[in-house]
Parts: sequence; structure tokens; C-alpha cells
Amino acid sequence: MEARIRIRNTKSVVFKWIIILLAFMITIPLIVILVYIIKQGVMQVNWHFLTNVPAPVGEPGGGISNALVGSIIIVAMSSMIAIPIGMLAGIYLSENPGTRLAHYSGLCVDILQGVPSIVVGIVVYFWVVKPLGTFSAISGSIALAMMMMPIVIRSTEQTVKLLPDTLKEAALSLGVPYHRVILKVIIPCGFSGILSGIMLSVARIVGETAPLLFTAFGNPYLSTSITKPMQSLPLLIFNYATSPYDDWHNLAWGASFMLLMLVLILNISTKLVTRKWNIQL
Amino acid sequence: MKWETVFKRLLIAMSVALVIIVAGILITLIVQSMPSIKSLGLGYLWGKVWDPVQNIYGAYPFLLGTLLTSFTALIISIPFSYAIAIYLGEYNTRGWLSDLLKNTVELIAAVPSVIYGFWGLFVLVPIVRSLEMKIGVAPYGVGVFTSSLVLAVMIIPYAASLGTSLIRMVPSPLKEGAYALGATRFEVIRSVILPYTRSGLFAGILLSVGRALGETMAVAMLIGNTTTLGNTFKEIFFGPGNTMASVIASQFTEADHTVYLSALIELGLVLFFVTVIINLIGKRIITKYTNN
Repeated sequence: MEARIRIRNTKSVVFKWIIILLAFMITIPLIVILVYIIKQGVMQVNWHFLTNVPAPVGEPGGGISNALVGSIIIVAMSSMIAIPIGMLAGIYLSENPGTRLAHYSGLCVDILQGVPSIVVGIVVYFWVVKPLGTFSAISGSIALAMMMMPIVIRSTEQTVKLLPDTLKEAALSLGVPYHRVILKVIIPCGFSGILSGIMLSVARIVGETAPLLFTAFGNPYLSTSITKPMQSLPLLIFNYATSPYDDWHNLAWGASFMLLMLVLILNISTKLVTRKWNIQL
Repeated sequence: MKWETVFKRLLIAMSVALVIIVAGILITLIVQSMPSIKSLGLGYLWGKVWDPVQNIYGAYPFLLGTLLTSFTALIISIPFSYAIAIYLGEYNTRGWLSDLLKNTVELIAAVPSVIYGFWGLFVLVPIVRSLEMKIGVAPYGVGVFTSSLVLAVMIIPYAASLGTSLIRMVPSPLKEGAYALGATRFEVIRSVILPYTRSGLFAGILLSVGRALGETMAVAMLIGNTTTLGNTFKEIFFGPGNTMASVIASQFTEADHTVYLSALIELGLVLFFVTVIINLIGKRIITKYTNN
């Protein structure tokens, strides 16, 4: 009897340690990748690197200013498209649960969230690139906006649902019109929750490459025209990482470092904002 | 018209726009893959040869590559994602250590896939190459196996974070009942927690698979992009290959005639259907589970 209990207890303890061991093994790849990217990338980053376009093959130096500017423009345009649509649709979903439209658009949000990013790229190629006759920054932004929308919608919907109904009722009973209740009461009250969703979605799309392959396409020169091909950080990393030149690999390491830092900062600051809101995405 | 009405209509319009976007994606994919569906028929899906120069298109190598990478990645990732879910959900639900692990898992999901691919190309590929030399297969370094390893790391967070929140939702009377009968912690986990959360954990796996199937960049950089299949399983598993997503990424801009382009889009259509169905089933299970 004693021995049986001892065996069961030992089994329990052994199981616990196996679980702990397996669970913490996930930190290894993260640390290895972070350390490697920082080691390779931090040496590359200096003022020259940030303000110059990539040098041609064979010439040392050069920078990634075209990709930095491109990423900022593309992501800013995507945000301008996705945030208003996403917030309005999210408010509709939380204010009108149970209607047929809410059911179908809720379903569409789930579908959109699951669409592989490369498929988004194909579709936007036929929607924008083909009719315009050229790869363009705006088509890249539209593709990224489609990836951003589901996150903005869900975070808006969940934040607004968490707000007490009495808040809205109090404002309505004072005779405030519906749109002002939403814009001046509901959105400001849920602001940090919605903001966290927006930041998370920006962090998600800033590193997206696949939707940009057939849309923004990439550009070795600095371009600010939204109807022309434009470089972005992930595209530059992809193109230069798969090239055979060491100088270009170095540019790609530097760009990876910048991109990784950007994503980490966005994620960590989102975490600080969301402490208050318990949002599941 | 009053502002109030305008605003209400705007809300409706945006929700309708969502439905239109999703319907538009589906219609665009179907219309654009029509030339290939018409000229290649159903045989396209199990044709073994992909040779655009000869105008022969068979999707079998890519279907096999996709299934093989996703399945291998899943098998590798399951023990880790379950362990994380059990640790964070049962053993250590709060405190700094638990927060540290939780944030690590979230950061794993946040690292862009192109960075995984770049890192894999320069760090993992040489390691795999020397491993392949030891076990006596052609030392390509890149290939199905390498992609699966990186994919496994990338998909762990999806099953892990869902699993964590589900395990935390197990009612404590159930667990306390088992403890009161003298069960050890291992026995409680095995006979109470895991059976109770089974369908939810399965949904987490489905979401992970959906991620793995559609993952493009890391795989495109690591799989070696060949369109021919090896003869033996060992050759296929360790040798270079291609997945549906990676072949679209690498050949879409090169596709110079209608059927070629359309064949690639048909791959996209298949990918769309498969991932969407898997995701919807996963989501359906989760909603059903959390409502009960």
C-alpha cells in the first residue's frame, strides 16, 4: 500500500517536471533568434544606414531608407483604411447582436482572419494592380488593410461589449443623439481597449511580406509616390536575404533588427495599454 | 437627413462591406481559376508533374508538401503547446514566472515570419545539413524537414494560449472532487482536466494547422522550391520541396500565360477553402465550448 502511494506521488512529481521542462523549452528558440538578430543587426545600424538607399552590388555601405519610408507610408495608409471601417463595423457588431447582418458579418470576420496572407495578395493583385496596370504602394496598403480589419473589429467589438449598458442609457436619457453617444461616450470610454487592438494589428501587418509580393512589389530606390512600386522592410529582408551577396545580407540583418525592435516595442506597449482590458484576440 | 440616421446607416454599410469583401475574395479566386479548372479539370489535383514550359500542371507535389510540412510541424509542436497550456493553466497560473512564459509565447507569435525564414536560412540550414550528412541523405539543408521545424515553433503559441485559457476554465469543484478522493495532481490532470478540455484543445490544434497551412514566407525561404518529387519518403521528407503557399509566392510574378497563372490561383482557391473550413470548425468548437 505504502509503495503504491509512493509510486503515484513520484509519477506526479516526474510529470510536473516534464511539463515544466517542455513548457520552458519554448524560450530557447525565442532567445536564440533574438540574440542572433541583435548580434548581426545592431552593428549595421547607424545614421548612414538609416538615411541612404541600398548600394548597388559590390559597393559597400548603403542603407535602408527606402524601406523605412516605404513601410511607414504603406502601414499609415493601411491604418487609414482599416481603422475607420474596422471600428464602425465593430461597433455595429456589438450594438446589434442577433441581427442577421451581424451574424453574417461576424462570420466574415472569422473567415477574413483565417485567409492565408498570400491569398490576400493574389486577390488584391486582381482588384487593384491589374486595373491600374502597375504594382503600387496603395495596392499593398489595401492588402494589409484587409489583414488588419479583423483584429480592429474584434477588439472594438469586445471592448464596447465590456462597457456597462447604463453608460449608454444615461447618455441617451439626457437626450444625446445616438451618434454622439457612440462618438463622445462609448469610444472615449473604451479608448484604450480599441487602441490596443489597433496597435496589435499594426504590429501584425508591419512584418507581413506575402501580401506585398504582388502588390507593393519592392523598389530599390526611394519612392514616395503611392501609385508606384514601393519598398518595405519585410520585402527588403526577403529579397536581400535570398540574394547571394554578403553586402546585401548585411543590409537585411540591419533591416531585420529594425523590424524586430519595432514589433517588440509595439507589442510591449500594447501590453501596457491592455492591462486594464482583458481582450482575447 | 438627420446625422443620427446617417451614422446608423454608416455602421450598417461597413458591416455590409465586410460581407462584400469576403464574397469578393471568393468570387475573384473562382473566376480567375476558371481557365485552369476548364482546361485541366479535376485531374489537376493529383497530377504528379508540374512543368510550365511543357504546359503540364499537376498540383500533387504541392498538396503533398503542404500536408507533410503542416503535419510534421503539428506533431513536433503538440507536446510543447500542451505542456505550456498545462503549466500556465494548472501548475502556475500567476506570478512573475508565469507572466514571463506567457509573454515569451506571445512574442514567439509576434516575430514576423520573414525573420524566422532569414534566421532559419543562416542558422538552422547549416545545422540540418550536418545532421543530414550524419544520417546519410543528400545534404541540401533546405527542405521539408527544415521548414517543419521552423513552422513548429511558429504555431506553438496558437494552441498554447487557447489551451491555457480553456484549462483555467475547468470548474474547481471537479478538480477538488478528484483531490478529495485521493488523486495525485498528475491523476487529476489526466483524468479530469484533459478529458474535460479535450474538444477545446482539439480546436486549438485546428487553429494551429490553419496557421501552418497558409504560412508562406518562412516556408518559401526554407523549403528549397523544387517542383519535382523525390522517389522515396526519405528523399521527400529531407529533400527540397514546395507547398501551395510557397509555390504561389515564388512563381506568381513569373507566370506568363493564362493557364499557368490560373493554375497557381486555383492552388490559392484550394488553400482558401481548406484554411477557412478548418478555422471555422475550430471557432465553432470554441464558441460551443465557452458557452456551455
